[in-house]
Amino acid sequence: MTSPVKELSSRRYIYQGDPLLTPPPADLMVILDKYRGQRDALMTVLEELQDHYGYLPQQGLQYAARELGFPLSQVYGVATFYNLFQLKPPGRYIVRVCKGTACHVNRSGEILAMIKTKLGIGEDETTPDGMFTLQTVACMGACSLAPVVVVNDRTYGRMTPEKSTAMLTELHDEAAMEVKV
Amino acid sequence: MTPMIRVGMSTCGLAAGAGAVYTAIDTYLHRRQLSVTLQPTGCVGACHREPLVEVVVDGASTLYGPVTPERVSLILDQHFGGRGRGVSPDWIVSRRADRTDYPFLGRQVKVTTPLCGVIDPHSLEDYLAYGGYQGFKQALKMTPEQVIQAIKDSHLRGRGGAGFPAGMKWDITRQQRGSDKYLICNADEGDPGAFMDRTMIEGDPHRLIEGMLIAAHAIGATRGYIYVRAEYPLAVKALRLALQQAREYGMVGQNILGSGMNFEFIIKEGAGAFVCGEETALMHSIEGKRGMPSMRPPYPSEHGLWGHPTNINNVETYASTPSILLNGPTWFASMGTPKSGGTKAFALTGAIQNSGLVEVPIGMTLREMIFDLGGGCKNNRAFKAVQLGGPSGGCIPASLLDTRIDYEDLKATGAIMGSGGMVVVDETTCMVDFARYFLSFTQDESCGKCVPCRIGTRKMLNLLTRISHGHATGADLERLLTLCETVRVGSLCGLGQTAPNPVLTTLRYFKDEYLAHIEEKRCPAGACEIDERQADNGRPLAHRAPAARAEAAL
Ligand SMILES: Cc1cc2nc3c(=O)[nH]c(=O)nc-3n(C[C@H](O)[C@H](O)[C@H](O)COP(=O)(O)O)c2cc1C
Ligand code: FES
Repeated sequence: MTSPVKELSSRRYIYQGDPLLTPPPADLMVILDKYRGQRDALMTVLEELQDHYGYLPQQGLQYAARELGFPLSQVYGVATFYNLFQLKPPGRYIVRVCKGTACHVNRSGEILAMIKTKLGIGEDETTPDGMFTLQTVACMGACSLAPVVVVNDRTYGRMTPEKSTAMLTELHDEAAMEVKV
Repeated sequence: MTPMIRVGMSTCGLAAGAGAVYTAIDTYLHRRQLSVTLQPTGCVGACHREPLVEVVVDGASTLYGPVTPERVSLILDQHFGGRGRGVSPDWIVSRRADRTDYPFLGRQVKVTTPLCGVIDPHSLEDYLAYGGYQGFKQALKMTPEQVIQAIKDSHLRGRGGAGFPAGMKWDITRQQRGSDKYLICNADEGDPGAFMDRTMIEGDPHRLIEGMLIAAHAIGATRGYIYVRAEYPLAVKALRLALQQAREYGMVGQNILGSGMNFEFIIKEGAGAFVCGEETALMHSIEGKRGMPSMRPPYPSEHGLWGHPTNINNVETYASTPSILLNGPTWFASMGTPKSGGTKAFALTGAIQNSGLVEVPIGMTLREMIFDLGGGCKNNRAFKAVQLGGPSGGCIPASLLDTRIDYEDLKATGAIMGSGGMVVVDETTCMVDFARYFLSFTQDESCGKCVPCRIGTRKMLNLLTRISHGHATGADLERLLTLCETVRVGSLCGLGQTAPNPVLTTLRYFKDEYLAHIEEKRCPAGACEIDERQADNGRPLAHRAPAARAEAAL
């Protein structure tokens, strides 16, 4: 799909012998190559980078800017504007507690508080063992099952503080099982 | 006819455990070697009874919910002659195909969601079997002007919040000079507590595609962007698949159905910014920039994506058009009120008994909606207010429940129609805290471009926090009102302009609660954490806590 605006240069960046400026790793290059020359692709590129790495590593952003010809300021501008982009590596499970209106009215605050004490971390923090990252989200669209907690791709509806503790234990066990196998 | 079993597998169904139920049914059918069609569908809307299973045998339909894997064999035995031990009546939602025995479903009139929960959203054949793409084919037989006239005659208004007449918007975009025109579908659905667009896309994605094709023909657009929020992975998946199917069927690409029309779709995923629902911010986001709004006019119809004339509508607006062309504008207009035709979908949530998606003719009263369909508040609590339009909207108290759900009537109460979020709160919710909740949302989501919104919402939030903690004085209330006015008048985009609405409406209808916090240092709903020492100040000396008494005596 070509973009309807004036094309950016689609030439690859030439790295001339500067040891700091090595070309991007092959896996990153595959992603960047897809969007070369498309001025409107920045968000899509970042979304794909995040899918690939789980977050947006600093080097990935630098390479994206350099390879695709965006000013680094614009890349950072976009990466920091949208809530979904993460600049820090997340834990194995990203626990997202909904604090949308329907969930708020159905006391999602109590669930958030419970998970915070159980994990001993605050919002946007990761447990030291790298297992859980805690986040809040504005609404997952499952409001009729409020309060809602989403862990990676799994949505848990009709939550209570008790159920959320059970959920954390279950996830812990699940991870432990996988390590053994 | 082969019996049919439908399982609602939308985001809501899966969250309630529909996956395990589906597997249990599949196992049962295999074990009994029954020839039954097992079909995953979208959501019929009765989310409060999910997981939902519909069994259709010889045209008789029974809807069950909530179904658990353990209940599966008991339920299916009833229909397929196993041991047939009793099914608890509590598991049955409805026994009649027209659902008149369950008002939540029976009283709905479905124009944009008739196939949600009925067809397999991943099957184009299913959509075609129910008259899919006939509306578009009808449109192709008409001239663009005729199509626009039909939409105008139908009195269809934009469903994204502002309620601008859709036909008129299409006409303006059509009349712009310049060859490349674009369509955008706004599926950002940022209003927390709303899920109409999600349900529609997950349950019946082809209807949106068809609606956009109709608009493309009418406007002469060549390219359509669907901006869908990334929090809806299932909707994105359903759309991608549907587009691929539509392309294979000849509905997308070059020379569509031999008509000479060319049209391409592009899906753009949002990345979790509420302000991107605002049309100019959304366009910047599509252009790959920070999603910050710009001044209007010029409106997108004149100067939109990359400067091209761009028609932007909500999912529901587009999804209404196939039926309009198929059944005629008069049919559609006859369902609503004189100024706004048709039906509107609402996400009924919060402290309500029957939460879920409801589509009703415009003009139904709030009372009918909340009590006849919604079944009133959960846990026998008393109804306090209903909040419409999310962070841009307002609260309507019990005394105004006979208000009709219509753009003008709702506006007169200080609330708005909004995009369809309808959150019910009961006596345990403190209205000051509720207003504070919305302000913390808008303050968080303000993009920071203009000062009144960036700083004003923060100051408003601070004042509301003071009030809810019992630290405020009467002068703070005055300040709050002045700020509301400043932010409303001075903000660049709709986010700031409407941010005061939750405060203004709660102040209008629940002023006594504000005063109780300020003067008596008391939260009538018992929801706020009043600073104990402040609380003491309002009480007679003898009733104060010992420490405070000692302090006051000094
Ligand atoms: C802060 C803000 C958020 C908005 N969010 C949405 C949204 O999530 N979905 C939507 O369709 N319209 C939203 N709108 C309204 C759009 O700007 C625009 O009016 C609408 O998409 C036009 O479509 P319609 O005429 O079909 O309603 C929002 C507006 C503002 C100011
Ligand atoms: S408000 Fe929590 S899922 Fe919508």
